[in-house]
Amino acid sequence: MAFEPKIVAFLCNWCAYAGADLAGTSRTQYPPNTRTIRIMCTGRMSPVFILKAFAEGADGVLVAGCHHGDCHYVSGNYGAEKRVNLVSELLPELGIEKDRLMLKWISASEGELFGKTISEFTDTIKKLGPSPLRKK
Amino acid sequence: MAKEKPKSDVSAGKSAVKKAKADGEPKAESKVTDEQPRVGVFVCHCGTNIAGVVDVKDVAKYAGEKIRDVVYSTDSKYMCSEPGQKEIIEAIKEHDLNRIVVAACSPRMHEPTFRRAAQTAGINPYFVDMANIREHCSWVHIQEKEKATEKSKDLVRMSVARARLLEPQEKMKVAVKKSSLVIGAGIAGIQAALDLADMGYQVYLVEKQPTIGGKMAQLDKTFPTMDCAACILTPKMVDTSRHENIELITYAEIKDIKGFVGSFTVTVNKKPRYVLEDLCTGCMDCAEACPVEVPNEFDQGLGSRKAIYVPFPQAVPLIYTLDEDTCIGCGVCKNVCTIEAIDFNQKPEELTLEVGTIIVASGYNVFDPTRKPEYGYGKYENVVTGLEFERLINASGPTGGKLLRPSDGKEPRSIAFIQCVGSRDENTNLYCSRVCCMYAIKNARLYKEKHPECDIYIFYIDIRAFGKGYEEFYKITQEEYGVKFVKGRPSVVYEDEKTGGLILNVEDTMLGRKLEVGVDMLVLSVGMEPGSDTDSLGKMAGVSRGADGFLLEAHPKLRPVDTLVEGIYLAGTVQGPKDIPDTVAQASAAAGRASILMAKGEVEVDPIIAYSVPELCIGCRICERICPFGAITMVDRKAVMNEAKCKGCGLCAGGCPTGAARLRHFKDDQIFAQIHAALAED
Ligand SMILES: Cc1cc2nc3c(=O)[nH]c(=O)nc-3n(C[C@H](O)[C@H](O)[C@H](O)COP(=O)(O)OP(=O)(O)OC[C@H]3O[C@@H](n4cnc5c(N)ncnc54)[C@H](O)[C@@H]3O)c2cc1C
Repeated sequence: MAFEPKIVAFLCNWCAYAGADLAGTSRTQYPPNTRTIRIMCTGRMSPVFILKAFAEGADGVLVAGCHHGDCHYVSGNYGAEKRVNLVSELLPELGIEKDRLMLKWISASEGELFGKTISEFTDTIKKLGPSPLRKK
Repeated sequence: MAKEKPKSDVSAGKSAVKKAKADGEPKAESKVTDEQPRVGVFVCHCGTNIAGVVDVKDVAKYAGEKIRDVVYSTDSKYMCSEPGQKEIIEAIKEHDLNRIVVAACSPRMHEPTFRRAAQTAGINPYFVDMANIREHCSWVHIQEKEKATEKSKDLVRMSVARARLLEPQEKMKVAVKKSSLVIGAGIAGIQAALDLADMGYQVYLVEKQPTIGGKMAQLDKTFPTMDCAACILTPKMVDTSRHENIELITYAEIKDIKGFVGSFTVTVNKKPRYVLEDLCTGCMDCAEACPVEVPNEFDQGLGSRKAIYVPFPQAVPLIYTLDEDTCIGCGVCKNVCTIEAIDFNQKPEELTLEVGTIIVASGYNVFDPTRKPEYGYGKYENVVTGLEFERLINASGPTGGKLLRPSDGKEPRSIAFIQCVGSRDENTNLYCSRVCCMYAIKNARLYKEKHPECDIYIFYIDIRAFGKGYEEFYKITQEEYGVKFVKGRPSVVYEDEKTGGLILNVEDTMLGRKLEVGVDMLVLSVGMEPGSDTDSLGKMAGVSRGADGFLLEAHPKLRPVDTLVEGIYLAGTVQGPKDIPDTVAQASAAAGRASILMAKGEVEVDPIIAYSVPELCIGCRICERICPFGAITMVDRKAVMNEAKCKGCGLCAGGCPTGAARLRHFKDDQIFAQIHAALAED
């Protein structure tokens, strides 16, 4: 069977999650490989969430929130950016390719961008193959 | 599906209260709360919206058979409908459910609905979780039915995993101040302010310009009834300034918005007018004496004003303003002002307003046609914008209402209008600006009324005459006034250097032939763009902008004047292009929405806020430093969250190295459970 990646997506309630909703309302089609966890703000992201997802066998992790300056909570997305970048530096130490972690800013009105992001990210992960940590 | 269990004598609602008290203690992190979760899963068909792609029966069956702690699962045509909700309520009672998972649309849509249903059945509303299998699944995987069904099962499993660990929350109530801030005093802000003031609320109406009125004050007549804009607007402007409940703050800008629904603290920067507002009588002596003459913005720069000025004679308030950028400091005005209203030492003033609600009505800009250089605006003198044309035919305009060509001051004998300049155009703005068809038709007709011999062409892509009486207006202009409508977008415009006329090349797409048309004057029907401060105001208010750059409403159909920030509403063209009737309707709607909160005097807010477990807090102060709202203080070297200031982003919880800082309803264990369930069956 062809490799179907499992991607965990953390989406902030106000921008990326709403953008994903808009992708739905606009019937933007994208691959069915993501499993979404809604958080109020990407600022809620703890580095541990990402590591936990990889440890449990995720092939990719997406963190998506509001564009800079658009955060519903002023600066939550800046916090998220720092933490995601930190984890990204750590990943190679764990034998995980950096490209398996993606941070993306998607506004509530960017449904199409949401779909495109998922399509491209899924493609990237497909090319990388299953995560080295994936449970056999 | 699991067998029923006899009802316990303690209702879930009561035990919920007990747990609320236990929360905050370190041991509260234990995986399963004091009662065994009994989860009910309700899978919605949403007609065929979900069921047409996802095998909903299979999902319900899977949930009932394979997911831990699911004691009841079912599917239903419309879960959100009255019968659907009843099904949930009955199932809660019958099967003694204490956690509810609804697999349906986005929680942003119906979470409140299902929370209410849970509450009706006697369980805490926060024991509900939603799996979004419509927007995030059936609608986006239309061709992949099997995979969409698999994904739905995963999403339900994740939702159940989270639901099992949900804790009860009590809604918090906050008081709403009975006062409102309206930002921008165009027709939208004026209407909203008057409505709120008439209801008895204190209104602060803040306007950036020296006068209120906005763009409508610049217009000549208004389609389709042809009433003169000033005649219908100025009485409202005067009412606004005289209303006992309205405090008009002009020549002022918003500096900062803090706080939350019910009690916003707004800082306003009032620019110095160098004229004492209480003393100035608007007598005009100063302006007559002033030797400096500069282009008047109100006339789109076509007329002139003095350095000390009122933008137009009916300005409200009728107080002169000394424009510090153009004043040469000669002091003549001060000498002639007998009441000594001029004060060169005036300083900017900072005001602090406390309000319960905010209406943003900061309006629009017209498109800058130099971005379409092919039409020659800025290069050829006789190419003007629609708004400039309004000033040129306006009796109070720079030419006294006589349309004269800028190049030679002669009345044009032929005029062309080009539609959709900066609208419906891939290179500028994709959207339709909604007013340009009608204002071009209006202005063509106005000129034809006075000059029937003049040839007028309107070059259009489609004529959009959608409002009440608009189509009729268009037909009459075409048939009775003889304005020539040509379907086609001119590719390029040249000037005839000898006459100052313009030559347009266009393909008439109806007749399929190329035309070359020469006219004395060209009017560009420029579209609407977001106002200059839309971005900065949006950021201060926490309201995002749509792809078109205008401020975004909470829901395009059902909440068209609300924003996602509770207590903040939108009125008029700040939300998107619209004409005056729609602007006024929306302004009244925004006032109505704001009044709901103020009439009640209190509002329920989500209790999704942070707290800290003192036993785990090591006093490192990371949370204090990163909190965007200054909601965290250190008490005895332990972090303490201020409930009123916390907005619930969870930045502290994400940054806390020991797990002491937590966000209610989005706790680590709840998110871990979702991650686990996303990737494994159990
Ligand atoms: C050429 C032309 C002709 C038109 N003709 C017609 C017509 O005949 N009939 C019709 O129905 N519609 C017509 N319209 C549309 C009409 O102009 C608008 O519908 C209407 O003016 C919108 O009002 P508004 O209050 O939303 O915005 P605006 O009129 O733009 O008012 C916004 C106000 O907010 C102020 N402001 C901006 N930023 C701030 C800030 N940071 N702080 C405080 N205040 C701020 C501005 O100074 C302004 O006073 C025409 C439009 C154009 C361009």
